[in-house]
Amino acid sequence: MLAILKRELSAYFNSAIGYIVLAVFYFFSGMYFYLYCLHYGSASLTPVFASMFMIVLFLIPIITMKSFSEEKRQKTDQALLTAPVSLFEVVMGKFLGAFTLYACCVAIFLVYTLVICFFTTPDWAVILCTILGMLLLGGALIAIDIFISALTESQVIAAVISIAVGLLVYMIDSLASITQSQFLINILSAVSFNSNFNNFTYGILNFSNVVFFLSIIAVFIFLTIRVFEKKRWS
Amino acid sequence: MVEVKNLTKVYGDIKAVDDISFTVNSGEVLGFLGPNGAGKSTTMNMITGYLSSSSGTVTVDGSEILENPKETKMKIGYLPEIPPLYPDMTVKAYLEFMYDIKKVKLPKEEHIKEVMAIVKILDVQERLIKNLSKGYKQRVGFAQALLGNPPVLILDEPTVGLDPKQIIEFRNLVKGLGKKHTVIFSSHVLSEVSAICDRIVVISNGKIVADAKTDELSTALSGKGQLLLEVEGSASAVSNAINDVYGVKKVSVTGTNRYAVDYDNTIDIRKGVFNALVKAQCTILEMKNGGLTLEESFLKLTSENQRAKGGSK
Repeated sequence: MLAILKRELSAYFNSAIGYIVLAVFYFFSGMYFYLYCLHYGSASLTPVFASMFMIVLFLIPIITMKSFSEEKRQKTDQALLTAPVSLFEVVMGKFLGAFTLYACCVAIFLVYTLVICFFTTPDWAVILCTILGMLLLGGALIAIDIFISALTESQVIAAVISIAVGLLVYMIDSLASITQSQFLINILSAVSFNSNFNNFTYGILNFSNVVFFLSIIAVFIFLTIRVFEKKRWS
Repeated sequence: MVEVKNLTKVYGDIKAVDDISFTVNSGEVLGFLGPNGAGKSTTMNMITGYLSSSSGTVTVDGSEILENPKETKMKIGYLPEIPPLYPDMTVKAYLEFMYDIKKVKLPKEEHIKEVMAIVKILDVQERLIKNLSKGYKQRVGFAQALLGNPPVLILDEPTVGLDPKQIIEFRNLVKGLGKKHTVIFSSHVLSEVSAICDRIVVISNGKIVADAKTDELSTALSGKGQLLLEVEGSASAVSNAINDVYGVKKVSVTGTNRYAVDYDNTIDIRKGVFNALVKAQCTILEMKNGGLTLEESFLKLTSENQRAKGGSK
């Protein structure tokens, strides 16, 4: 698993992808940070995090689009699957690779917090909670997008479907607001990434929100393993 | 060393591999021969655990691939038809990665160097794989299979796309490795397999149609021998003289002074025929082997099988 994680990271940083993702993330987060915090003189990072949600929806598919599709296209999956490693290790290695890159993106918020320290005392509980929320939210999206990448041989298809799924996830709340049935509204808000994420931005560490994201990660890692199992057995 | 038993792979209603069984002994180089689409790669993918079988078992050195996948996979070095290379890695980084995921226990630096020396890629170790030529890529793929000195090597059409010089180098390499490893080598080129392998298994349409030592393969494939003769002398005298030779089954006259002799080809009858005709004072003008060559019988065998299958549908 470590070997695969190491290879994933070297693949991100030996090509332009890793640097471009970092640059885009830092650029937009920096811009929002300047606008919301420095320009208006606010010590709250919450609006910055909220705006970054949209950017993350586009960036994560770029991080994950080639994780399995490229392996399948170049037939390197044959080396992974005939090596004495389990499918779980392979998928976890891929997941952790993408997650590490994403975590490097999110780490920039610690720098912004330090900048705030120069002016005032930041609300550490809110900021650390929100960073944890960002990580969990991203992890869930990464797991979903790695699953999508395992379904196709084309990076482009993987990226486009991943972005579409991400946007759908983003719009669940709007969908919930137009339905009449209370039952549907309950379900949609329970699976809404937004509503599960919002508690973190208030500095509330709610156990059920953490479990929600962790279970999404677990389910999609399991499904990705099944994709390869099925391919073997069909 | 490798035991394949009643292996079958079904895709929908197509049987890609149909109930094949064979064993490979320790230290043997087995040629796995068949036309394109015969089921060679599918079989190899099942042996290495990339695909699962629909039924049947594969046992490598006592452990079963589906029951004990990790343990069994450690005993196999596999070079698939398309070498599984990451184009954005250097040769050395790639081999280090493969070393790690194969969980090899040998001293890392030395072992990788040793493998690179065997396949002669030491001079390109710092280059990116995407910039290598086809021949070098193939060698890197081969190096990957050799990591950890697995007792069994499975090579799927390793010489496709190489130039003649590289093919010869490759053959020598495999021949040399056959002393230390058990090798299964697939190809659709008969001459290649017969040059390298101790034993040949011929597969056509997912079925084994022949399994024999290389030098006995033509017998196994054609089943009988034929000698063509041009002899001066009366037809009856010649026929009688040849008929008395041990091993001859049937003599037929095919033209003036021309005869075709069917014989049991476990025996070489040429010397006997020559002596008998000298004794009968008939002069041999020409004598040649009329039986099918290895290549011809291979073609005949595999095309017959194809026709039989087409007819039954």
